[in-house]
Amino acid sequence: MHRIGVFVCHCGTNIAATVDVKAVAEAMKQEPSVVFSVDYQYMCSEGGQTLIQDTIKEHKLTGVVVCSCSPRMHEATFRKAAAKAGINPYMVEIANIREQCSWIHKDIMSATDKAIILARTAIAKVQLNAPLTAGESPVTKRALVIGGGIAGMQTALDIAEAGFEVDIVEKQPTIGGKMTQIDKTFPTLDCASCILTPKMVDCSQNEKIHIYAYSEVVEVNGFVGNFTAKIKKKARYVDTTKCTGCGICTEKCPQKKVPNEFNLGLNNRRAIYIPFAQAVPKVATIDADYCTMLKTGKCGVCSKVCTAGAIDYKQQDEIIEERYGAIVAATGYNPIKIDKYDEFAYSQSKDVVTSLELERLMNAAGPSNGTLIRPSYLDKQDDHRAHPKTIVFVQCVGSRSCDDCGKSYCSKICCMYTAKHAMLIREKYPDTDVYVFYIDVRTPGKLFDEFYRRAVEQYGVHYIKGMVGKVSPRPDGNLDVQASDLISNEQLHINADLVVLATAIEPDQTARSVATMLRASMDTNDFFTEAHAKLRPVESPTAGVFLSGVCQGPKDIPETVSQASAAAAKVIGLLAKDKLTGNPCVAHSDELMCNGCSACEKVCPYGAITYSDKEFRQPDRTVAIRRVAAVNEAVCQGCGACTVACPSGAMDLKGFSNKQIMAEVDAICK
Amino acid sequence: MVYSYYPGCTLKNKAKDLDRYARLSAQALGITLEEIENWQCCGGVYPMAKDEIATKLSSVRALADAKAHGRDLITLCSACHNVLKQVNNDMLTDEDICTRANNYLKLDEEYHGETKVIHFLEMLRDVIGFDALKEKVTNPLTGKKIGAYYGCLLLRPGKVMQMDDPENPKIMEDFIRAIGAEPVIYPMRNECCGGYVSLEDKEAAAKRRNAVADSAAGFEAELMVTACPLCMYNLKKNDSNVPVYYFTELLAEALGVKEN
Repeated sequence: MHRIGVFVCHCGTNIAATVDVKAVAEAMKQEPSVVFSVDYQYMCSEGGQTLIQDTIKEHKLTGVVVCSCSPRMHEATFRKAAAKAGINPYMVEIANIREQCSWIHKDIMSATDKAIILARTAIAKVQLNAPLTAGESPVTKRALVIGGGIAGMQTALDIAEAGFEVDIVEKQPTIGGKMTQIDKTFPTLDCASCILTPKMVDCSQNEKIHIYAYSEVVEVNGFVGNFTAKIKKKARYVDTTKCTGCGICTEKCPQKKVPNEFNLGLNNRRAIYIPFAQAVPKVATIDADYCTMLKTGKCGVCSKVCTAGAIDYKQQDEIIEERYGAIVAATGYNPIKIDKYDEFAYSQSKDVVTSLELERLMNAAGPSNGTLIRPSYLDKQDDHRAHPKTIVFVQCVGSRSCDDCGKSYCSKICCMYTAKHAMLIREKYPDTDVYVFYIDVRTPGKLFDEFYRRAVEQYGVHYIKGMVGKVSPRPDGNLDVQASDLISNEQLHINADLVVLATAIEPDQTARSVATMLRASMDTNDFFTEAHAKLRPVESPTAGVFLSGVCQGPKDIPETVSQASAAAAKVIGLLAKDKLTGNPCVAHSDELMCNGCSACEKVCPYGAITYSDKEFRQPDRTVAIRRVAAVNEAVCQGCGACTVACPSGAMDLKGFSNKQIMAEVDAICK
Repeated sequence: MVYSYYPGCTLKNKAKDLDRYARLSAQALGITLEEIENWQCCGGVYPMAKDEIATKLSSVRALADAKAHGRDLITLCSACHNVLKQVNNDMLTDEDICTRANNYLKLDEEYHGETKVIHFLEMLRDVIGFDALKEKVTNPLTGKKIGAYYGCLLLRPGKVMQMDDPENPKIMEDFIRAIGAEPVIYPMRNECCGGYVSLEDKEAAAKRRNAVADSAAGFEAELMVTACPLCMYNLKKNDSNVPVYYFTELLAEALGVKEN
């Protein structure tokens, strides 16, 4: 016979204002097996928890029902309290009389009646509860970081620093990410390469870090502490152990007309290439889409000039399988495609560029070696019109958009990088007129607003509140920018020779497939969702999966690095454990009832069910062999799909057995 | 192919050429245009007020008539095309407007936006095909540099018109290529010419039309083509002296069916 205690929480006025908590406590005293029932102002407080513990000891309780908020909120709190008083934590049940009762009802009478029913339901369930013990699983002390940009590198470096092995998987031929393409960084204006490339070198030299560049994660299985991942090393057609990165092949390759993605197509590269001088790993890669040898079998120049003998036209993709305890998504971002914004004439004029393209046009390693040249004059740089004299920046292109073309969110980084661009141009070319059209200037952040004001006050950048309506190429090749000045209420026409679009950013196109593999959730914009927007910002709701950088939401470099380190701290916390305690509320198959039909195996999303042949003694003392299901408790997540699918009722969920649920239904219907 | 045809009132008066050359060309292309019986003026302007029903009814009648004949509905005038497509979209997507329009009209069968409205240009592109049209051209306008003038109504709102990209369209340029001429792309081709204010604010209308014509002339267009009678009325007075034609006139000429 159970001895049950019932504790009814006021939650201040959250519950007590709508539910007569004293009446609920009083009514519960009449329920079978209830030996104690009381109401209390805050059950989750220290006083409330002590009350539970004292009552358990004093009244020798075997079961506890707390009528309070959602179990998502405090189930763990009350279980822990009960365990301290010496009873099994799974003998605690919560009746949710806040979210499912007081918050959604107005009438005290009916809300109280409902609270009584909910409490009675929990009592009915706890009568059938059995003590449960959580299983343990070991932790593989190795982390996987998907994405080798500044976010992934920082996370990997921090994890390695703590002494754990970590693998970076990067789909590009080099690590470094978007930051490699950026010229200077705000608000300090230090050169991006100068602060980034040492970190890239640190990654490659760290003994604990293994870089899989030009690789992709293709399959992930397992669960927190025990993931296995398949990594596809794409064929580079170059033996990375032999290639010295001398670059002679990239100079001799006769295929010269390949758009150079590192410079965003502003110039060309060869079919065999090293993305940029500081690439890590610094090895060549053959672009199979353009290589004449791979396409027609006739060429082989790179092979002939390579003194290291590293070229291997027969190289195949390679699949590597590795085990991990934790996985970090650091898949980053891309500027959106702006072909839907044709009012800005991006597809009609070369001199309309995105901000990232401008970074390349201003970078010493860019197509114009750092001299700002209009893209339409890149091959005639001596022309006096090659240098832009009037530049118009358009902010919020695709951000904060209320139509279908763009993104509803603010991309967050554009106000600052536009101020940076405007300032750098005025600094280097003081005879240039620079206009910035904005809806709002958003510059929160340490030294950020000061930075923007410097652009306006010291550098004389013309900031105009208003939007550009149309950019029209003129017959002379210049651009007519038509815009509105909202403050003076005037229509403006500016004869510009370069227009820069502050393009919205969006998660990388691979993010969705990575999320699917990791079973991590995403929002409607394909940003990874965090486990809690405020309190667990670097964890995915999927245990063992962590988030680093822009894949979780738009961020600048300082914020990305902070989040990357925070994600690393969470990974280190996980990998530092030798064993993980699992969830005991998992499925269990009654072998005597199982008929081996495989229905449960088919519906299990985690692959937790296996079948084996087992010997059973029959009533007539003979032995028969039957095929029966068995659940791997470490893999089972307790979703309950198998218990519904099982036709013979052999499959049951511990803590949520069919019997318990029917008892709850009976209690509600009584 | 037989289509219901909604000419609209301007095509019976000021814009007779737009209508006449379309009919001649359609005949040459094997398309039959069946003019809707007893059609009424569409109003020329789509009413933006949510509770304005009366001015939408004539469009609904035309749309329902096409449905009764089981045909798609072809329009030619930019304004009619705009109003008919927008009203049709209302009947399809706005339950309130649809119910009230049906209550007013008491048609034999209720109308819920079933008819497909297509512009004559869309028919050329999607039914005939510009490549096939090119083959039917007997008198190509070789060497002519033509600026397509879309104006404000033909393509917008883009989601409802579903005709082409409103900011960087190409349907008229493809048409110009099909009749053997050379399209000139100029920035003002999809801007309003100011025609709507040509009676009340002559100065504004003149400023806008000259901006359009200057833009076309700046990119060396010899002439402009339009599908809109109001644009024609306003644009033809431009100071750059760029001649303006209805696209159907050039089509008829290219097909060799233009009477002199």
